Amino acid sequence: MEAKGKVEKFIVTLLLVLGGISVSLPFIWMILSSFKTEREVLQIPPTLFPQNPTFQNYLELFQSLNFDVYLRNTLIIVFCSMVGLLLNTMAGYGFGKFEFRGKEIWFMVVLVTMMLPGQITMIPTYLILNEMSLTNTMTGIVLPGLIVAFNIFLIRQFMVTVPDDLIEAARLDGAGEIYIFFKLIIPLAKPILSVQVILTFIASWNSFLWPLIIASDQRLYTLSVGLSLLQDQYATNYGLQMAGSAIMVIPILIIFMIFQKYLVEGFNVSGIK
Amino acid sequence: MARWKYKLMPLFFIGPAVLLLMVFSFAPIFLSLGISFTDLTLIGLADWSKINFIGIENFIKLFQDKVFLESVFNTFFYVIIGVPLAVSSSLVIALLLSMVGKWLSSTFRLIYYMPSVTNIVAIAVVWGFLYNQEYGLFNYLLSLINIQSIPWLEEPTVAKLSLIILAVWKSNGVSMLIFLAALQSIPRVYYEAADIDGANRWQKFFKITLPSMSFATFFVTVTTVIGWLQFFEEPFVMTEGGPLNGTNSMALYIYQRGFEYNDFGYAAAASFVLFIIIIIATIIQFRFRKKDQTL
Repeated sequence: MEAKGKVEKFIVTLLLVLGGISVSLPFIWMILSSFKTEREVLQIPPTLFPQNPTFQNYLELFQSLNFDVYLRNTLIIVFCSMVGLLLNTMAGYGFGKFEFRGKEIWFMVVLVTMMLPGQITMIPTYLILNEMSLTNTMTGIVLPGLIVAFNIFLIRQFMVTVPDDLIEAARLDGAGEIYIFFKLIIPLAKPILSVQVILTFIASWNSFLWPLIIASDQRLYTLSVGLSLLQDQYATNYGLQMAGSAIMVIPILIIFMIFQKYLVEGFNVSGIK
Repeated sequence: MARWKYKLMPLFFIGPAVLLLMVFSFAPIFLSLGISFTDLTLIGLADWSKINFIGIENFIKLFQDKVFLESVFNTFFYVIIGVPLAVSSSLVIALLLSMVGKWLSSTFRLIYYMPSVTNIVAIAVVWGFLYNQEYGLFNYLLSLINIQSIPWLEEPTVAKLSLIILAVWKSNGVSMLIFLAALQSIPRVYYEAADIDGANRWQKFFKITLPSMSFATFFVTVTTVIGWLQFFEEPFVMTEGGPLNGTNSMALYIYQRGFEYNDFGYAAAASFVLFIIIIIATIIQFRFRKKDQTL
């Protein structure tokens, strides 16, 4: 449905622009405020652009507020989630291209866990980790989130479409199973995996609830947990809060801008119509 | 040798994932159900002999617990107001995007999707600032047009609505993409045929566009309802459930009970109530959809 006529086109564009401004306003306000001094941020009427732009807020985050540690922890979690994605891919391939005893039952397990709300497993998983003495450790933060049932499901749906003959041919040529997986299957799955890499990156960078539950030690806090702590402790220092938010939001926005083409295309590929 | 290897290969591929899934996702379902019938707290955690089986006492207590009932009410409030707003606004955005040229459409798609990829804690912190009664941007803008300052997060009902506005703003992106994909998959010939028959815009919209998107609408509604029933981070970061439990949601209540009071048995029971509500809500929607199709 294309808009017809100049007036109509103008109205539609105007609506989109107005909507776009209100969507980006919080981001713009965040960035502008993060460069204001503690006093200027509370000024009434508020200034739009910082009068004396300062990096003080950012410096304070890293020099006296451990945001360097939080950033490192967040990057560790991102890295581990990529290992998790590899495990998910392997499982998706296993379910898609192998026949073995109990396959249907195990796949049912995947489907059931896919539909569970997080709140159900939150408490027992914490208790299990507690029994393993893994609370307040990085392993405990990372382990429960490694496997994402929905990803296994999506990847399996793709793997089913890979022709058997292709894999058989590689086997006849004497390629080992692991070689086939890394050299044949992964390159074939590149379109779907690239979407998964971006989504996994975003999800793990943003992960909040599980680090919050497991980490009682500030050494293990992630950026999002550290930020919510900051909001409690520096309730009125909005400049500092905005700088902390900007550190979380801007890297993701940059990555999103670079890779959004794959994301949007992947959405069409995954076939929700 | 080769056969032995072939039998072991599937295990190598699915083993690690399935093992982790069993331990951290599947076993917990049953563990959770078990715990919900006990009085497990920190004491019981240290000494298992102190854990007592108390039957359905947790569930009885829950339905007499004023704070829990309030959080159930709030959760329904979020769903009833928030879901229609979220679904319709993303549909409107998708429709507007489909009406402009390719360049405009992809630029604005990017902008409208932005909130979906950003961290909810960071977003809530930023919005907390915008909503601030004295120093916030919103009240300042309102004061310019002589509207008295609004207690965005200080009055229970207003606070609920403020959280809904934030959550709608945040969640539009994904639904918008789904609607957009559905819009693009409607065959153009339908519209051309309608043009020949002399149909006007509204007729085309209600007779072609909307019916063709019924599956997308259904899918978006079901996932949105499930998501909103689990409303958690927004009240957690912005209001901690206050003022006067006015913004507390079921998911937040479960978290508070479980990890602030270490009342594990009770919290597990509450999580099952939430789970059952989610299942019922989903079944009802599937029923409606079936009726729809027989028409």
